[in-house]
Amino acid sequence: MNYYLSLEGVDMNFQTQKGTFKALSNVNLKVNQGEFVSLIGHSGCGKSTVLNIVAGLLQATSGGILLENHEVNSPGPDRAVVFQNHSLLPWLTVYENVRLAVDKIFYNQKDNEERHQWTLEVLHLVHMEHALEKRPAEISGGMKQRVGIARALAMQPKILLMDEPFGALDALTRAHLQDSVMEIHANLGNTVMMITHDVDEAVLLSDKIVMMTNGPSATVGEILDVKLERPRKRLELADKPDYNHYRAEVLRFLYEKHKKAA
Amino acid sequence: MSNSLDEMPLSRPDRYTLAAMQAKAALPEKKVRKEQWRDLTTTLVLPLLTFAIVIGVWIIVQQKFATDLPTPLDTWHRAVTLFSDPFHDAGPNNKGIGWQLLYSLGRVLSGFFMAVIIGIPIGFLMGMSNTFAKAWQPLIQILKPVSPLAWLPIGLLLFKAVNPSAIFVIFITSIWPVILNTASGVKAIPDDYMNVAKILRLNSFEITHKILIPATLPHILTGMRLSLSVAWMVIVAAEMLTGGVGIGFFVWDEWNNLNVASIFVAIFVIGLVGISLESLMMLLHRRFDYNAR
Repeated sequence: MNYYLSLEGVDMNFQTQKGTFKALSNVNLKVNQGEFVSLIGHSGCGKSTVLNIVAGLLQATSGGILLENHEVNSPGPDRAVVFQNHSLLPWLTVYENVRLAVDKIFYNQKDNEERHQWTLEVLHLVHMEHALEKRPAEISGGMKQRVGIARALAMQPKILLMDEPFGALDALTRAHLQDSVMEIHANLGNTVMMITHDVDEAVLLSDKIVMMTNGPSATVGEILDVKLERPRKRLELADKPDYNHYRAEVLRFLYEKHKKAA
Repeated sequence: MSNSLDEMPLSRPDRYTLAAMQAKAALPEKKVRKEQWRDLTTTLVLPLLTFAIVIGVWIIVQQKFATDLPTPLDTWHRAVTLFSDPFHDAGPNNKGIGWQLLYSLGRVLSGFFMAVIIGIPIGFLMGMSNTFAKAWQPLIQILKPVSPLAWLPIGLLLFKAVNPSAIFVIFITSIWPVILNTASGVKAIPDDYMNVAKILRLNSFEITHKILIPATLPHILTGMRLSLSVAWMVIVAAEMLTGGVGIGFFVWDEWNNLNVASIFVAIFVIGLVGISLESLMMLLHRRFDYNAR
């Protein structure tokens, strides 16, 4: 069977002053179109490295990435990244930050007016149409992350990569953004790969939770299919036995089988 | 590069600190008015008081110790005379103080702009390429602490004329802060911005004008501001040596004429022009600094 995205025997070595550091060893992962996949693991286990390799920002030492059966090894808009610290350009407004991406990617396909409309549309998707003329320094952390998501969505990526997108946000804001991401995923059906270290977030959002072993030579430990019905509501799920079962599975992996020496 | 750090704008406005909120917490209107009144007194009355004290000391020193000095009143009269016709022009050796200032400003601006045009690209190269930075850093470190006036004879030798030599000295003065601040600005660009550029597949032209230049502009303007204020100081000394029309030579000329009152007027005017240049650059800086908006 052909998969939409597939990681084939990915190894990653870093050259350090103390010699070669083997970060990842033989990472294999298959993702179907439209799936929401979370990568979870203790910090330092190489989750971000996996994501950066898929994004093309890092090149695997051996092995490779296939997207729709084509190898990808350099960054491109078909694998848009939402960075943990949003990385909006501070001199551009909310609108301009998204428009920059839209202009670059759809310059030949859409005329000026269409690009304008598309920019507004993605900002509407993330509920940021009220702050078009604000600069990143003038909006809250959660809003910046919304704009970061809008910029990534604007590229109409084949796969949306999110590197701990809500890690720096407070719990309430995080919940709001998780709801937004679920809403967007339901509407657009994107394929998403998200890094997280929040067990609840992983269970709530994902179709598949990829649990990684601790580094060095980290690899995929277990894969948990989350078969909770969508749309998912966090309040209802809190009392459901399956939800708690999935949670317990992930917790068991992280804290029993691959406990990190703190 | 050390001075560029002090000059770096705070990345976060401090309006969220507890102290700032306490200061803004509602005060009764009467108290607010009292506060405003006190602000006015401190910003206006205290400096005036300092001026008065200095003038007082001046009068005492003039009467008791240095009777050669002009009195404050003499200086005032001299200022009135000088500024009654600042742009009179009676040949190369007799021009109004307005002309003197304009000639000096002209030299400063020519040297300064040449330094900006040449310094910014060099700074960009140093910021982007470690090899280039390593190659140039030691030379710049050696030349930076040298008084720009030491270059005046070299200028005279090269250009065989005083005016280009003075401009050359200003160029040398201005170029180091421009280069070093531009380089540190380029180095300070977060990797994330470049990752965004990579994902969008921006070409090198787009990277330069959509990311590198806007990200570095506040640093460049800091460098320009530092250069310009030093350049204005250096031009006075340079013109004392080169002669010709200019505020520096004016000071020297009036000393030769034993017209010390004019020198006091000139000192005051040089200071005012310096402040104006500084505030002009601050305005420009604020306009382009995305952190401060």
